[in-house]
Amino acid sequence: MTTVESRLPLAGHVSTEQAIGMLRTMALIRAFEDTASRLYKEGRLPGFLHLYIGEEAVAAGACANLRPDDYITSTHRGHGHVIAKGADVKRMMAELFAKKTGYCRGKGGSMHIFDFKLGVLGANGIVGGGIPIATGAGLSIKLRKTDQVAICFFGDGASNQGSFHESLNIAAVFRLPVIYLCENNCYALSTPQRCHQAVPRISDRASAYGMPGMTVDGQDVLAVYEAVKEAVERARSGGGPTLIEATTYRISGHHVGDSAPYRSSEELEYWRRRDPIEAFQQRLISAGIISEGDVKAMRKSIEEEMAAAVRYGEESPSPNIDEAYEDVFLGRNMHGVLI
Amino acid sequence: MAEITYRQAVNLALREEMRRDPTVILFGEDVGRYGGAFKVTEGLFEEFGPERVLDAPLAEAGIAGTALGAALTGMRPVAEIMYIDFCTIALDQIVNQAAKIRYMSGGQVSVPLVIRTQSGSGRSSAAQHAQSLEAWLCHAPGLLVIMPSDPASARGLLKSAIRENNPVVFIEHKLLYNMKGDVPDDGEPIPLGKARILREGNDCTVVATSTEVAKAMGAADTLADEGIEVEIIDPMTLVPLDIDTIFSSVRKTGHLVIAHEACERAGFGGEIATRVGELAFDYLDAPIARVATPPVPSPFAPILESAILPNAAQIADAVRRICLRGNVNGRIHTYQAGTGRDH
Ligand SMILES: Cc1ncc(C[n+]2csc(CCOP(=O)(O)OP(=O)(O)O)c2C)c(N)n1
Ligand SMILES: [Mg+2]
Repeated sequence: MTTVESRLPLAGHVSTEQAIGMLRTMALIRAFEDTASRLYKEGRLPGFLHLYIGEEAVAAGACANLRPDDYITSTHRGHGHVIAKGADVKRMMAELFAKKTGYCRGKGGSMHIFDFKLGVLGANGIVGGGIPIATGAGLSIKLRKTDQVAICFFGDGASNQGSFHESLNIAAVFRLPVIYLCENNCYALSTPQRCHQAVPRISDRASAYGMPGMTVDGQDVLAVYEAVKEAVERARSGGGPTLIEATTYRISGHHVGDSAPYRSSEELEYWRRRDPIEAFQQRLISAGIISEGDVKAMRKSIEEEMAAAVRYGEESPSPNIDEAYEDVFLGRNMHGVLI
Repeated sequence: MAEITYRQAVNLALREEMRRDPTVILFGEDVGRYGGAFKVTEGLFEEFGPERVLDAPLAEAGIAGTALGAALTGMRPVAEIMYIDFCTIALDQIVNQAAKIRYMSGGQVSVPLVIRTQSGSGRSSAAQHAQSLEAWLCHAPGLLVIMPSDPASARGLLKSAIRENNPVVFIEHKLLYNMKGDVPDDGEPIPLGKARILREGNDCTVVATSTEVAKAMGAADTLADEGIEVEIIDPMTLVPLDIDTIFSSVRKTGHLVIAHEACERAGFGGEIATRVGELAFDYLDAPIARVATPPVPSPFAPILESAILPNAAQIADAVRRICLRGNVNGRIHTYQAGTGRDH
């Protein structure tokens, strides 16, 4: 098997298929985000939309280590994680359109995509809300004695919540197979990281819980892959949790509609030049692993996939009003009145 | 009189109180230069600086507790919790700590703390960003709870809340921020615990909170055309509740409808209904009716969200249902407009 390592310096033990897969995952996430952003600006999607543009290497590199039966928990900025775990972009798009055929039958929306069959234990509207849930999945794995793992995605801002501290402590004490993957994208909404925490490296906190911690370049998909691989291997073999900080940047505003006046255009430019997809694509091309033609073909197939997803989302029916009353425990009296 | 938005009214109250009292400080996520997620604190960082308008880390329990600690030791903090849904994370500090410290300490200390937050549906924010949790807070002894429904009440009540020496939860509504209304030039605080009658009528009392006030006013116009005169009461403060104003009105009208956006089950409407049942049973000519959200989480799809939210038509229906009860029960009724009574 040809590995990327054999042709690229510093590239790790990744097969060419895996490398191409990661590129495609990143490109698919980007296409999904670009499409959703356009639809949202056209007023066709309700609710909030938090874009992952610029951070794709983290989800793609991390999830490339996972099996279908592994778990993830995600965030309000969750499309990328969910796509990287293998979710169906048609059903995601239908959910963004608030349609009956969406992942949550139109009741969750962009911030709340779940796919329990794929181990996606939910994107989350509560910052830090997913961290204990991933920890609980880790506990269940341990008690059921399987070799599954859970990756818990969360942001730099979330790492200030009590739920972060409490969960990492629990996971370390019980040696749970959880990878805490902090996406440090430099901001929690408008607040720069240096203004919301006094430790520059979030991974430094790992030692306070008694688990390994490391920081990785979140713009480099192979670096993320490698770091997570080591943590996943440790977790699968009973070695307990790891805290990984991936340094990255959100190119868009906090949500679509936020013009992000709190950051400089120089900063934005700096990170635009570090686009993870562009960089990886160039790397694969210059190593002769893929050709310009392959890239074009990949883009074309993704475009078609997105067009189909949008069509599906748009043409799907809205939920019936009755569905507002389904999927929740309801108390009714003998006359059928809700009580 | 000047016409300003609800958002500007809250901002103005904060500004005026901060100018008046140097111990008033703001603490919350992105409240500084960014001006808050709903732009309510815009311009305050520029005027008062980073020592009085503090961006907090993303940590609601920490925000509420830190503000409380400062309140116990000489400051008069106004903490912002971006969504009332996130107050659940801060509930230990709000309910177990802030609400109890004065009492548990045998009255050694006052707790001049305001927690500003915003609640409500209407924007497809889905189940974790659209709740109305005021009843949770009303249930905790020790807290005052305020829900302003327009710019003038927002400004006047917030000023009183900031001057109050007990902890106050001040609940704005995300759909009201752009609402315009006149505010008086004098900027006098509005006393807490006093309801206001927004429209007088003899046939039916409607008690409505927050966004339901405007809906009730709309319903009242429709009903007036049908010959039913509705009296609308906005309690403004839920704790302490001005039950006397509600009681006097019900004595006059004999009918009561309560409208709020929160889930009907164990909602604040139940508290009002019980009080009226206890105090004014003999004056009621019909069962009390509630108009509220059914006990389901807030759904994302706009079509579902609007289907479960109470609206003006439902308020009008509830008024008709109890005022024209004979029609519904199949009993003969002779409704006499203007008397508020079935005969
Ligand atoms: C408990 C809670 N507090 C506040 C918010 C509002 N909010 C949503 S995202 C966000 C910033 C999150 O920052 P971070 O964790 O770094 O994630 P990022 O948005 O940068 O991906 C805030 C304040 C929320 N949704 N939940
Ligand atoms: Mg962040």
